[in-house]
Amino acid sequence: MKTQLYLTLTFLPILLCITSCRDDELVVPTEYDIIPENPAENTEIRGFYLVNEGNMGSNKCTLDYFDYFTGLYARNFYAERNPNVIKELGDVGNDIGIYGSKLYVVVNCSHKVEVMDARTGIRLGQVDIPNCRYTRFYRGKAYVSSYVGPVLIDPQAPKGAVYEVDTLSLSVTAKVTVGYQPEEMEIVDDYMYVANSGGYRAPNYDNTVSVIQMIDFKQVQQIPVGINLHRLKKDRHGKLWVNSRGDYMSRPSRLHVLEKKKGYNQMIVADTIPIACSNMAIHGDSLYYYATEWNNFTASNTISYGIINVNTRQVVSTNFITDGTEKEIAIPYGIAIHPETGDIFVTDAKNYVSSGTLYCFDIKGHKKWSVRTGDIPAHITFLPL
Amino acid sequence: MERGLSFLFLLAISVGPIHSAPSTDTLDTIKLKEVVVEAVNPNREVIPTQQLEGEELRRLNSNSVADALRYFSGVQIKDYGGVGGIKTVNIRSMGTNHTGVIYDGAELGNAQNGQIDLGQFSLDNIEAISLHNGQKSQILQPARDFGSAGTIYLRTKTPHFNEGRNYNLRGTLRFGSFDLLNPSALLELKLSERTNLSLSTELVNSSGKYKFRYRRVNPAGEIAYDTTAVRQNGDINATRIEMNVNGMLNNGEWHFKAYNYNSERGVPGAIVNNVWRRGERIWDTNSFLQANFTKNSGIYSTLNTAKYSFYRTHYVNNDDKQIKIDNIYRQREFYLSSAHEVSPSNWCHLSASYDFIWNTLNADMYGFAKPDRYTNLMSVALALDWQRIKLQASGLMTFVHDRLKGQQSPADKHVFTPAVYTSFFPFSSSDFSVRAFYKRSYRMPTFNDLYYADMGNSKLAPERVAQYNVGVLYNRTGRGFVSATRISIDAYYNKVHDKIVAYPKGQQFRWTMLNLGVVEIKGVDISANVTVNPYNDLYVTARAQYTYQQAIDITNPADNYYRDQIPYIPHHSGSAVINVVWGDWNLNYSYIYVGERYNQQENIRYNYTQPWYTSDISASRSLHIGQVGLRLLAEVNNLFSQDYDVILNYPMPKRNYRFAITIEL
Repeated sequence: MKTQLYLTLTFLPILLCITSCRDDELVVPTEYDIIPENPAENTEIRGFYLVNEGNMGSNKCTLDYFDYFTGLYARNFYAERNPNVIKELGDVGNDIGIYGSKLYVVVNCSHKVEVMDARTGIRLGQVDIPNCRYTRFYRGKAYVSSYVGPVLIDPQAPKGAVYEVDTLSLSVTAKVTVGYQPEEMEIVDDYMYVANSGGYRAPNYDNTVSVIQMIDFKQVQQIPVGINLHRLKKDRHGKLWVNSRGDYMSRPSRLHVLEKKKGYNQMIVADTIPIACSNMAIHGDSLYYYATEWNNFTASNTISYGIINVNTRQVVSTNFITDGTEKEIAIPYGIAIHPETGDIFVTDAKNYVSSGTLYCFDIKGHKKWSVRTGDIPAHITFLPL
Repeated sequence: MERGLSFLFLLAISVGPIHSAPSTDTLDTIKLKEVVVEAVNPNREVIPTQQLEGEELRRLNSNSVADALRYFSGVQIKDYGGVGGIKTVNIRSMGTNHTGVIYDGAELGNAQNGQIDLGQFSLDNIEAISLHNGQKSQILQPARDFGSAGTIYLRTKTPHFNEGRNYNLRGTLRFGSFDLLNPSALLELKLSERTNLSLSTELVNSSGKYKFRYRRVNPAGEIAYDTTAVRQNGDINATRIEMNVNGMLNNGEWHFKAYNYNSERGVPGAIVNNVWRRGERIWDTNSFLQANFTKNSGIYSTLNTAKYSFYRTHYVNNDDKQIKIDNIYRQREFYLSSAHEVSPSNWCHLSASYDFIWNTLNADMYGFAKPDRYTNLMSVALALDWQRIKLQASGLMTFVHDRLKGQQSPADKHVFTPAVYTSFFPFSSSDFSVRAFYKRSYRMPTFNDLYYADMGNSKLAPERVAQYNVGVLYNRTGRGFVSATRISIDAYYNKVHDKIVAYPKGQQFRWTMLNLGVVEIKGVDISANVTVNPYNDLYVTARAQYTYQQAIDITNPADNYYRDQIPYIPHHSGSAVINVVWGDWNLNYSYIYVGERYNQQENIRYNYTQPWYTSDISASRSLHIGQVGLRLLAEVNNLFSQDYDVILNYPMPKRNYRFAITIEL
């Protein structure tokens, strides 16, 4: 009888011995990888930052940094540089930009723009902007698009806004209402162009590009372009390239070109290129794009990569990855071109809830290297010397 | 440090009384009365079963059924924290959707997402909770009960009247942390010698506010940040009304139940940088009517069940910063079951059951398909019971037909799932047995998996599971110093095929559901309990349970999480309970341990989640003032105030208190 009892009782401490203890929660450490890469000759680029979005609710927006001079890729750089920030960088990064000496990261579900010193990554402050999306800079100000414009004009469908932020005081100085759920922006000749998606209103998507006159920061026009607009990039000739995502069903994704009407200071839709486009980056006269389209019939994604000549508006290549690496990429999610070398960076978000991969291809489309990133690697900005 | 303390405490109260003078006595009669003993002898069971009932269940510091299930081996609870937080159960890592929950004989269904929030089920009126790996040992059961990979049975209290009494009345008031106010009442009426009625009502009101803390240190040991905040928008206001009418027949019985649960809850949401409160709210109305009757006439017995349920969920997102959502979902289910058993001899039983289920879901959403589903289930089972060997074999055939409004219906689905159970007594005594089982089961894709706007995939096939289990059981009850001992060890291997996973589709955060995953699970469950009676009316019961699980994703070698442990499944987990009964006094200590886990698929440092372990204590005293019975209870939960998350970014409460006063007339 007693042996049974002791058997049972010894079971309890055994249970405690094989299990491990809870430790202090450590600040998430940065991890380093060595990249076989040298700085270009006479380069003016020191490195680049990559923001990983992180899945919604996971608070796993992280910042990676690659330095061409040390050859080190630093994964999850923010937390170690700023250990005192409660709950780190935040939830769902959406854009990144450098202006002057400052680095700006738009953190969508933390409703803030995080401002850091561009060289050290040390936090300088934050600007609270609800549901913020993308950022651009112009004449000492940062502009941030946001899904939240006026509060309670039409509670069912509030319009979005572009916020103006003073880059010295890091405070919001002005705000202008634009279309529904605005995304990317560009500034051409004192006018800002904003792509409105209307994503919260599906199936009644917005289809306009808002035009903001920068002198008095007022919306002066909305140009109908195509439904569910997202990316908006300018080329060196002052033309705008905007993609529409379609409705994911009967209306396909397209790429639109806006340019000024001859003799007028007014943008018009000059062309719609019959290709699907999810994201793009422009280098010289080459527009690099990729598209991910879901095919219900085969239950798989169709992924395409290509180059468009911005002058002729013709597709000049249907694959800028030439060594077969594209087969490894599950979900291309971000694209950037090195401004000097023309190296092409493509990120793979995989299943959105595991580490992604950053690929670097040379201008000929051969893979140079790849590295593990955080969750959903997406947006890249280059750091000048 | 914290663990050291709790460990010492555990030893102190467990070892202490054992060396006292041994003595024999029968159990306190007052205690016995409250335990309704089922006619089932645990040694007769072919199937691994864990059960908590009566006083033992009441003594555990548990708010809800989900809290009590933490004391079972092989079970993982997803707990989003607080009184109103969602709590779901996963048995042996096969996934929440593979768990069947049966409430007084009829399965609780949720055709929308296939998950039952067990946080909504109060323990107030629950008499017994049992967990079966696979199915029940009795083969006279609805066909649907053969279907799940693991099944939880909840049984409400059956009225029991003392001599010369025709009513019982019980009132309880619980209150404590989180501004909890939880009154409940139970009225039992003896309508006639053969029929009785019980009415149970309950109100739960809580602000859901609790302090939580996030703390980080840098590698040098300095504090990086240390912040304490109050959980917001976790309030709940819920009512439950339940009526049962029970009747006896010649060689049979019948039951009727009407159940209504109503709640308004805040959804506290994830705590992320710069966001400390959210604006989501949910209103739930769950109602059902169910009736069953059983009859047993010699070699033939029958069990017939009918149920109608209506669930309404109203979800609102009021957050100014986010997309406005205001959706109402309405679910209906109609269920009929007829089960029959013949016993040509006392060692051979045969059964056949047929069930019909109709489900529908309606939502006021753009592009919603308004599906309804017809499910036909047929089962046959055979049980053989020789002296030393018991055998049970069953087969279940399921046919599913879905209809969609304005769209083409997807192809019909049908699945056949067999199961074989055996147990063997190698020695002449029935104390020790060896058992084994093999079971195939499935889960149908839910309405959300199939038809949710933009995300659903109507081509989904059922997700399938195969389970293999071998185990031993030692169970003996007797008189003397050690009055009861039970030790069981089970080892198992499960494989989940065609696991339904979210797969990224097209651009941005768009997903679809695919039958992609393959998960392999190897585990060991050990549980033991022993009761000692060292002195007169002093009883000490120790109960411990340990689970080891390796649950790995073997979908695709190209994934960077290939062969990694799946999210939120710890390798090690366990619990221990020490209970001391001395006359009218009762002291209970319980300890729960959940080992390190990963919060995403990849087992990397960024996804690492620390183990958590909490100690809960409670003390209660029963009093009798004339005819009035009184019971006072005080409990302290998370005694060492551990700051932990069960789910990443959903902080759990620090130390909290609860008190209860029960009056019985």
